Amino acid sequence: MSHETYLLSRIERGDSHTLAGYEAQGGYAAFKKILSEGTPPKDVTEVVKESGLRGRGGAGFPTGLKWSFMPDQERDSRTRYMAVNADESEPGTCKDRVLMERDPHGLLEGCLIAAWAMSLHGVYIYVRGEYRLSYRRLDEAIQEARAAGLIGKNIQGTDFSCEIHMHKGAGAYICGEETGLMESLEGKRGHPRPKPPFPAGFGLWGQPTTVNNVESIFNVPFILERGADWFKAMGSEKSSGNFLCCISGHVEKPGVYEVALGTPASTILNEYAGGVWHGHNLRAWIPGGSSTGFLRPEVIDTPMDHDSLKEVGSMFGTGSMIILDQTASVVHSALVLMDFYEHESCGQCSQCREGTQWLAQVFQRIHDGQGRMEDIDLLSDISNGMAPGKTICALADAAAIPTHSVIRNFRDELVEYVQAGGHTAVSKKRALPMETV
Amino acid sequence: MVLTDALKAEFTELASHYPERRAALIPALHRCQEELGGWLSPEIIEAMAEWFEMEPVEVFSVASFYPMFFLRPVGKHIVSVCRNISCDLRGSQELLDRVCQVTGAKAGANSEDGRFYVEHVECQGSCANAPMMVVDGIYHGDLCPEKAEQILGGLDR
Ligand SMILES: Cc1cc2nc3c(=O)[nH]c(=O)nc-3n(C[C@H](O)[C@H](O)[C@H](O)COP(=O)(O)O)c2cc1C
Ligand code: FES
Repeated sequence: MSHETYLLSRIERGDSHTLAGYEAQGGYAAFKKILSEGTPPKDVTEVVKESGLRGRGGAGFPTGLKWSFMPDQERDSRTRYMAVNADESEPGTCKDRVLMERDPHGLLEGCLIAAWAMSLHGVYIYVRGEYRLSYRRLDEAIQEARAAGLIGKNIQGTDFSCEIHMHKGAGAYICGEETGLMESLEGKRGHPRPKPPFPAGFGLWGQPTTVNNVESIFNVPFILERGADWFKAMGSEKSSGNFLCCISGHVEKPGVYEVALGTPASTILNEYAGGVWHGHNLRAWIPGGSSTGFLRPEVIDTPMDHDSLKEVGSMFGTGSMIILDQTASVVHSALVLMDFYEHESCGQCSQCREGTQWLAQVFQRIHDGQGRMEDIDLLSDISNGMAPGKTICALADAAAIPTHSVIRNFRDELVEYVQAGGHTAVSKKRALPMETV
Repeated sequence: MVLTDALKAEFTELASHYPERRAALIPALHRCQEELGGWLSPEIIEAMAEWFEMEPVEVFSVASFYPMFFLRPVGKHIVSVCRNISCDLRGSQELLDRVCQVTGAKAGANSEDGRFYVEHVECQGSCANAPMMVVDGIYHGDLCPEKAEQILGGLDR
C-alpha cells in the first residue's frame, strides 16, 4: 500500500479548495514556469504525450495525442475551445467530484496549461447540475484566480489570455458523451452528433474543440512539474500514473482511493476497501463503472489497467469498482442497469432506443420468473444488434457489454432463474444498509 | 411578464460567457426554477422563449429532455432517492419505501398535502456513500431508513 500519491496529496488541509491553500502547497508553479519561460506550446503537448497519460473519462484515449489533433493555429485561425467533462454520471463513479470539491485550483491549473498547449481562447467546465458544491467551489476558485491575474486577459502580464467558464448541466447521462455534451452546452437537447466530423475539427459552435475528463486534466500540472519520466515510472507499461478508484457496493470501506494503475483489483478490494463486507464471499465485480460488465471472482487478481482488463473481456472505463457479495443477484443488478440505460437512451438511434427497452423487458421477465430458455439467446441477439459501432454514440455499447458479460460469465444464474422460475440461484436475503450508521 | 428584471439581468450576464445567447438557456432555466415557484410553467416557458428569441416549443423541447427540470408543480420539498446499482446493493429500495411511507408520496408524485415530491433518480455520483438521497439539493449519504426518516422529520413544514 505504500506507493507515491499525488492526486489526493493536497486535500488534507482544510483550506485545500482556496487559492491560499493551493499556493501554499506549490500550486500554479507549473503554469507560471511555462508562462515565464515561454515554453513552446508543442513542447507542452509533447511532454503530455510522452507521459503516457490516458483519459480517465472512460475510453482511455491518450491525452497528448488528442491535444495534437487540434488544427495548427497558423493555418486555422478559428476560435478554439476545450470542454472539461464534469458530467460524471457513469453509475459507480464518484471521483471527479472529490477533485472539484476539494482541490478546484488543481483542475484550473490543468485547464490553463491545456489552454497554453492548444492555444485555446476559452475553456468551459460542464458540471452536472446536481453537483452544487463542485460548481460553487470551482466558481469561487475562478474568481480568486482571476483576481490574482491567473485567468483572463494578459495573464501575469504576458500576451497570453484565457477565460475559464462554468456551465451547469441538468441531469441526463448522455450529456457525458462528448458530442452530447457539446450539444447540451450549446443549449440544446443532449443528442450526440455523428462522427466524423470529430470535435477537433468541428466542436463547440463548429469550432475546434477538445473534450477531456476532469481527472485527465487534473494530472497535467503534476506531469509538467515533475516530468514525463516520473509519471511513466508509476502505473503499468501502457497505462501510466495513478488513478482515483471509487469502490462501492458490498465492501467494508467504500470510498475513493488513489492507487497506481496496474494494481490488482483484489488489492484494492482487500487492502484499501477492507474486503467484502461482513466477511462474505465475492459473487461478482464490475471493474470500471456500470458499462464495463460483470466479472467472476476468479479474475479478481486482474491488474486494474486498460490492457489487463481487456484481456479478461472487460474495460478499464472510469476505474470505478462495484462489488457484489454472495447474497447479491447478478440478474437483479443487470436489470437495475438495463432500466437505467433504457431511461438514458436519447432515442435518436432505433437500435439503442428499442434495444435498451427490449433488454430491460427481457431481464425483467427472467427476474420475475417468467423467463424462457430462448430468452438467453434473445438477450444475445438484441445486444448484437446494438453494438459495436452500430449507433451514433457508445451508449448502446454501454448496455450491450454488461448484457454479454452476464451471458458469458453468469449463464448459470440465468439458467437457474429460468428453470426455478425466479430467484433461487443465490440466497433471497437482501443486503442490509451499513450497520455503522 | 413573469421574468423579473433581476432575473433578466442575470441572464444577460450568463449569456456573456458564450458566443451565442442560446447556450445560456439551460443555466437560465435553472434560475427560473429556483426563483419562480420550483417548476417551469407554460408562462415561464413562453417568457423564456421571448427572451431567448426562440419558439416556445423549442424551449419546451429542451426543458423536457433534462430530468432536473419539472414541467408540473412539485411539492415544497423534493426528495430524490438514488436507485442505481451501488445504492441498490446497499438498500435503496428499503430507503425509498420508508421515504414514501413517511412523506405519504408515491415515487414520481407529490404528497397530497403538497409538502413533498418524491422521485427515484439515477446515479448521483455519491456511490461510495450509498445508499443516498438528495433533499432540496442537499446530498445525504450513508443512509438507513431510520436516518432518512430523521432527516425528513427535521424539514420545515
Ligand atoms: C454514454 C456515455 C457517457 C459518458 N459519460 C462521461 C462522463 O460522465 N464523464 C466523462 O468524463 N466522460 C464520459 N464519457 C466519455 C466521453 O465521451 C469522452 O470520451 C471523455 O470525456 C473524454 O475525456 P478523456 O479523454 O479525458 O477521458 C461518456 C461516454 C458515453 C458513450
Ligand atoms: S449509484 Fe447511487 S449515487 Fe451512484
